[in-house]
Amino acid sequence: MNRRARWWGVGAAIVLVAGGIAATVMMASSGVGPVLSGPPVTRRLTSVQYQNIIRDVFGGDIDIGGRLPPDLRLEGLLSIGASHVSITAAGMEQYDAMARAIAAQVVDEKHRDMLVRCQPASITAPDEQCAREFLAEAGRLLYRRPLTDRQLETYVTAAADATEITHDFYQGLKLSLSAMLTSPAFLFRVEVVEPDPNEEGAYRLDAYSKASQLSFFLWNSAPDSQLLAAAESGELHTRSGLEEQVERMIDSPRLEAGIRAFFADQLRFTEFATLAKDAQLFPKFNAQVAADAREQTLRTIIDVVLTDNRDFREIFTTKETFLTPALGAIYRVPIYKQGPNGSPDQWQPYEFAADDPRAGILTQVAFTALHSPAGRGSPTIRGKAVREIALCQEVPAPPGDVDFSKFLQASANPTSTARERLSAHASVPSCAGCHKIMDPIGLALENFNGAGGYRTIEGGVQIDASGVLDGIPFENAAGLGEAVYKNPAAVSCVVNRLSERALGRQVTSGERNWLDYLKSDFADNGYRLLALMEEIASSEALYSVLPSQQVASAPVENNREVTQ
Amino acid sequence: MKKLATLTTRRRVLRGMLGGMAVSVGLPFLDCFLNGNGTALAATGGRLPTVFGSWFQKLSFNPGRWKPETVGAGFQNNVELKPLDPFRERMNIISGCKYFLDGKPLQTHVSGVQIATMGSIPMGVDSDPSLDTTIADVIGNDTRFKSIEISLGAGRASLSRRAGGAINPSEPSPAALYTRLFGPGFTDPNSKVFKPDPTVMARRSVLSAVADERRSLLKTVGMADRERLDQYFTSVRQLEHQLNLQLQEPAPIESCSVPEPVGEVEVSTAVGAVARNNALFGSLMAHAVACDQTRVFNVNFGTRGLRTPGGVRDWHSLTHEEPIDPELGYQREVTWFINFATETFATFLHELDGFREGDGGVLDRMLVLWQTDHGYARTHTMDDVPIITIGDGGGRIRTGMHIAATGHPSTRVGLTIQQVMGVSISTWGRLSNETSKAVSEILV
Repeated sequence: MNRRARWWGVGAAIVLVAGGIAATVMMASSGVGPVLSGPPVTRRLTSVQYQNIIRDVFGGDIDIGGRLPPDLRLEGLLSIGASHVSITAAGMEQYDAMARAIAAQVVDEKHRDMLVRCQPASITAPDEQCAREFLAEAGRLLYRRPLTDRQLETYVTAAADATEITHDFYQGLKLSLSAMLTSPAFLFRVEVVEPDPNEEGAYRLDAYSKASQLSFFLWNSAPDSQLLAAAESGELHTRSGLEEQVERMIDSPRLEAGIRAFFADQLRFTEFATLAKDAQLFPKFNAQVAADAREQTLRTIIDVVLTDNRDFREIFTTKETFLTPALGAIYRVPIYKQGPNGSPDQWQPYEFAADDPRAGILTQVAFTALHSPAGRGSPTIRGKAVREIALCQEVPAPPGDVDFSKFLQASANPTSTARERLSAHASVPSCAGCHKIMDPIGLALENFNGAGGYRTIEGGVQIDASGVLDGIPFENAAGLGEAVYKNPAAVSCVVNRLSERALGRQVTSGERNWLDYLKSDFADNGYRLLALMEEIASSEALYSVLPSQQVASAPVENNREVTQ
Repeated sequence: MKKLATLTTRRRVLRGMLGGMAVSVGLPFLDCFLNGNGTALAATGGRLPTVFGSWFQKLSFNPGRWKPETVGAGFQNNVELKPLDPFRERMNIISGCKYFLDGKPLQTHVSGVQIATMGSIPMGVDSDPSLDTTIADVIGNDTRFKSIEISLGAGRASLSRRAGGAINPSEPSPAALYTRLFGPGFTDPNSKVFKPDPTVMARRSVLSAVADERRSLLKTVGMADRERLDQYFTSVRQLEHQLNLQLQEPAPIESCSVPEPVGEVEVSTAVGAVARNNALFGSLMAHAVACDQTRVFNVNFGTRGLRTPGGVRDWHSLTHEEPIDPELGYQREVTWFINFATETFATFLHELDGFREGDGGVLDRMLVLWQTDHGYARTHTMDDVPIITIGDGGGRIRTGMHIAATGHPSTRVGLTIQQVMGVSISTWGRLSNETSKAVSEILV
């Protein structure tokens, strides 16, 4: 794996004064142009992050039932929406109910011996020492930094008060823990900023915020104890310390959760929550198929970018995938429940034939069915999705005053093919401009019906799935995947979105040089996603910030303050 | 040492409180247990509190088929509003209003929604608050829920937002709404015995204990994030308020009754599921209002994806793709959906109206605002948008009128309703959608 110099700017920063705000410009020392840092952000945990943290801190057998408030998608990513959402009263109710349900399991008889390591002197009275021991340990992981003495005393007192009322030590502990799980310090990732001692006038995330930035990016979860220890000792602020942690984290099995989270976000898989197909038209499509389809695409991606560490772009062309019996019904491939050597795993590796139009994730059910209405397919919707998701290109909204009468008759003719119906768009100039960038792509996927099933004929006519994507001609869906593979926009797209996911905001123009550097480095490394993630995680740009004036002028809150 | 002293004091108070169960005199956090109005009103025979509801249904009606022929009182409903005939004397129809774009591009099915509910053009996460939240800030402070958001076939999407990033999520499942309203946190006002739950007391005590620690986070963030955290703290106060209510012996409410539990049902965009869930939601809201659990509710009637079994196209697709029937002069299938939607709304209203309370139904003290996104969905027009009000909010407006407000901003209606609900604003909306002119015809 690439481990060459990716550190820059040490001792080479100059301070600009622009618009009254001191701005740090980091000078390149290894091929990166000057980078002007962006602002810090405050992010609400996403639903998946919340679940991951609970699993990592308390174990996988804690049932996270219930529902969290919906995440918000902005600029294509929930990771950016997270920097803009707040918590409403209804959302607070849900967080509160979930926190109590989780905390109840943590202290129940099944789990307490493992998770609450101390024994209270009496189970009907407060035991501050035992409560303190548990709350300090849980608090450090949930708050992603050690609790201050004042914070810890607050929770210990809260537990003791609740124990006094309920005459139950564990009930008190439970309620104090659930208060921690509903505190803003847990639910929001607030970035703590400090002056950068290495560069006058520059600011950086403090060590614990840096640990979170790293951990949520690579693992989509909170820092583990080792990473927090590296933050506490100051190692994380050193180059070798950071590299050591990045290497460890990339080698960790938890990296898969981070990669899955990125692609699930980028592919808009939250839309599976409301995906349904008409039962009369698509009787084979059900909730199990939908769940398996989602998982199929993620497994396909993980196989390419993580297991085999191949060229990222192969996710658009690979013939290799994984199927279950439920998916086999849609793909018309027999998949047996019993795997090789009697393995009970429902998931079986499968490779489509060389001449099969199925290749890459764009031809999979999780794409073709997800981007279709309930009763049919839609080349326009699918074409728009390819542009937006695979190439990060924005398709303008349709004009408001479309005169549909010009092609109403064509579009209402049920016997024609989609290609014929959509050709009407070309006859209306205000439609043609946008539809020509969507429809030809979507028509390449016309061999797949609204539920992702394969077909060759529509309305008695042979389907023509040929087309051109940005100058590259293709014959069928597999050819579309090849055209996306060759499209430079597919590379820019993943670099931009991955960086934005890490930052929790759009990349600013001042960070353009950093992106350019990442792109060229990505190419140098054969478009291996792990190398790109490592590069981003090791970049100073991820941890240096330009605080807003309010933060910059105020004394930075020292979270280690101790009240004696 | 100081901390220890504080701790001891708190403990002593708590112990005393538990010894005699004297919950009305206790820690300072119990001060707000006894509200001066609300539930107390029902018991003392005072006027029952006003309730505001909103119903948003995109895709509008067919031109020429919804507007009454005559203006003023005594109008007859046009064909597409016939399902609302039982409420004709209690409704107002406002026709002719416009959504102004002020040169901004029309975002179809979005711009109109924003102007109708927020009075201004879309501004993403920086958008203005929706009018139901400004109303809830006035009339919704004493109830357990400041507002209830319901979705009919629209997932958890909601049009109710305090600020851009604080969207009140909708509840799509009647079973989940039942649990939220009448599940473990519900205190039956007519229960003969009242004994505060020690667990609730303990929860309230914990919330009180951690309040200062939580607020300390505010010091570390910039202005924009501070607003978002402020919203968090507002939500925490609502949670505290709910616990306070659970610890307070509620005043009896004669008409309050707990509905039969609602089991899990299919939640989807199929018309059958929407119709069934609508009736369940209507009944639950009638009970919730009668039991004074909330005074504001918002229904988001989903139109995208709404379809009949085996239907290849949903309502939204049909508005664009179905040809106009040359004999009928309108789109046949689209019109089926329009009728379905209006009948669904009427069923919801019947559920409210049928719930008896004193001499009338709970609808009598409600004011329900019906709005839509376009004048004519097929061509995305932004003028002559239909607006309907149902109920007089307990005598706060006049009803039975058709008001033609040709060319006026739709926000006149939103302004009027906020004003009669007690929101102290003199203008509402932005740019051309800003107005200071109430719909005087319906003012009492």
